[in-house]
Amino acid sequence: MIPSLNLRAAIVSIALFVAFILAWHLATRGTATVQQMSPEYAKLMGLSATQGKSAMPGPLDVGAKLWEHLRNPFYDNGPNDKGIGIQIAYSVGRVMIGYGLAVLVAVPIGFLIGMSPLMNRALDPYIQILKPISPLAWMPLALYTIKDSGLSAIFVIFICSLWPTMINTSFGVSQVRKEWLNVAKTLEVGTFRRAFTIILPAAAPTIMTGVRVSGGIAWLVIVAAEMLVGGTGIGYFVWNEWNNLSITNVIVAIAAIGAVGMVLDLILARLTKLVTFPE
Amino acid sequence: MTGFISIEGIARRYGTNAPIFDDLWLSMNQGEFVCVIGHSGCGKTTVLNILAGLDEPSSGTVIVDGKAIEGPSLDRAVIFQGHSLLPWRTVMGNVAYAVTSRHRAWKSAQVTAHAQRFIDRVGLTGSEHKRPAELSGGMKQRVGIARALSIEPKIMVMDEPFSALDALTRGTLQDEVRRICTDTGQTVFMITHDVDEAIYLADKIVLMTNGPGAVLAEIVDNPLPRDRVRTGFHKHPLYYGVRNHIVDFLVTRSRTFSRDNHDPRNVPHVRLPLPFPPPHSPSKTGVDALSSGEGRVGEAAPTELKKETLT
Repeated sequence: MIPSLNLRAAIVSIALFVAFILAWHLATRGTATVQQMSPEYAKLMGLSATQGKSAMPGPLDVGAKLWEHLRNPFYDNGPNDKGIGIQIAYSVGRVMIGYGLAVLVAVPIGFLIGMSPLMNRALDPYIQILKPISPLAWMPLALYTIKDSGLSAIFVIFICSLWPTMINTSFGVSQVRKEWLNVAKTLEVGTFRRAFTIILPAAAPTIMTGVRVSGGIAWLVIVAAEMLVGGTGIGYFVWNEWNNLSITNVIVAIAAIGAVGMVLDLILARLTKLVTFPE
Repeated sequence: MTGFISIEGIARRYGTNAPIFDDLWLSMNQGEFVCVIGHSGCGKTTVLNILAGLDEPSSGTVIVDGKAIEGPSLDRAVIFQGHSLLPWRTVMGNVAYAVTSRHRAWKSAQVTAHAQRFIDRVGLTGSEHKRPAELSGGMKQRVGIARALSIEPKIMVMDEPFSALDALTRGTLQDEVRRICTDTGQTVFMITHDVDEAIYLADKIVLMTNGPGAVLAEIVDNPLPRDRVRTGFHKHPLYYGVRNHIVDFLVTRSRTFSRDNHDPRNVPHVRLPLPFPPPHSPSKTGVDALSSGEGRVGEAAPTELKKETLT
């Protein structure tokens, strides 16, 4: 009997993971020749010089570090030494505020744009120009005008996650099927009720797709923004550990960023599924 | 012309081109089932949309129950060609949406009870909580019918409601629509391509010529008894006469119809004679609009038909 597709996929996934870890382990085994030096001098040198260890951490180093972080994710030993859980919480908090504001602003504006062909055309050039601007390009302007690094990071997330939601909302609203609008017309449904009972549910799947894309962008932006503004957050953590030359911690942080991003996307995917209707 | 519904001289033009249809006059009585047959492009659907209030004529007007129509109204329920149900609502939700639109002040229990009555009437009891995607094509159209009936309109307007269904489902639904409309005396204006459907359902069959410049060529009064049933109506002695007349019209005369000597305000009524008509005695069966007088234009009819013109 052939096992189910899910089971076979899981087997392949695990095999790939094992192969990757094995390759990684072999590549960072450390085969450099050990130099003879005085013990005084050796104390100043890293393990790569004294024991021939590879400068790149192996999977076992990262695993050990990861375990260390997971065992105690919320410790706080001052500004430059906080647990990875605290750092992630800061980042998620900033994303929630900036991205939440963006959704609150983008959906109503997108709705109005979608309802009005005039506004749709009039605003299109601005949206098209603002959309491709890199988050980092906004940063100096934000810092100069807002004069607060924390708020600037939130602003940058806001401005970058605004566009996909706005564009998708206006598209979804303008593409509501004419037959559904005709149903509302023949039932003499007023403008307000039509907006909430026909247009909103009909456009909801498209709107949620935009919200999901915006969520992904917000999480991408936060790391870059925190690298610049510093202080707290997972982006700052990565940069700080780079300055500490702790590649192990950098790799742990990368894994954490990926995992959190995945969880955020899963939550948004669930929400999208809630408003999607089969046809 | 002072019927319950009175279409008065409507036309539809796009730019300076020849009108799609021109100077249509049609009067319908309350409780009448009228089918319009014509080729694609003659503007049938536009006429229907005008009647529904979703479209406006370039000139002319439509009067329903003494009032010129201005836009859509709950008095005129529309059954669309596609079922046009709201896919995010259940069967009950779709019908209840219409009921709430009609009766804004009703409490939800009242709305549900009312909607349930019409869901039961179209035979969907037990499927209230299904979504349209879980229903077959015929069931979807039933929901559309329940939704239209639930607002208790003065007139139902149907745009080829069964054309997307398979033959068996179509037959069943025709039976039910016929039963419901006969029971409740519902006034219906329906567009169809299907000659048999028109003969089975309609009291009057309106034949429309090809566009551009389409006109109503004639109104065929259905000679079949009102209590006709599906199993036997095609064996009625007049069935093939009517059918051939309509098919002849669609095949040739809808193209070659000449507007000379055609008075669009007095579209000629056509009635098949009694099975064995005594010569020179025009039949009076099933006549309603004819009572005002009649004139004869005997020669033009291809089959053994008699044309009678209103004056």
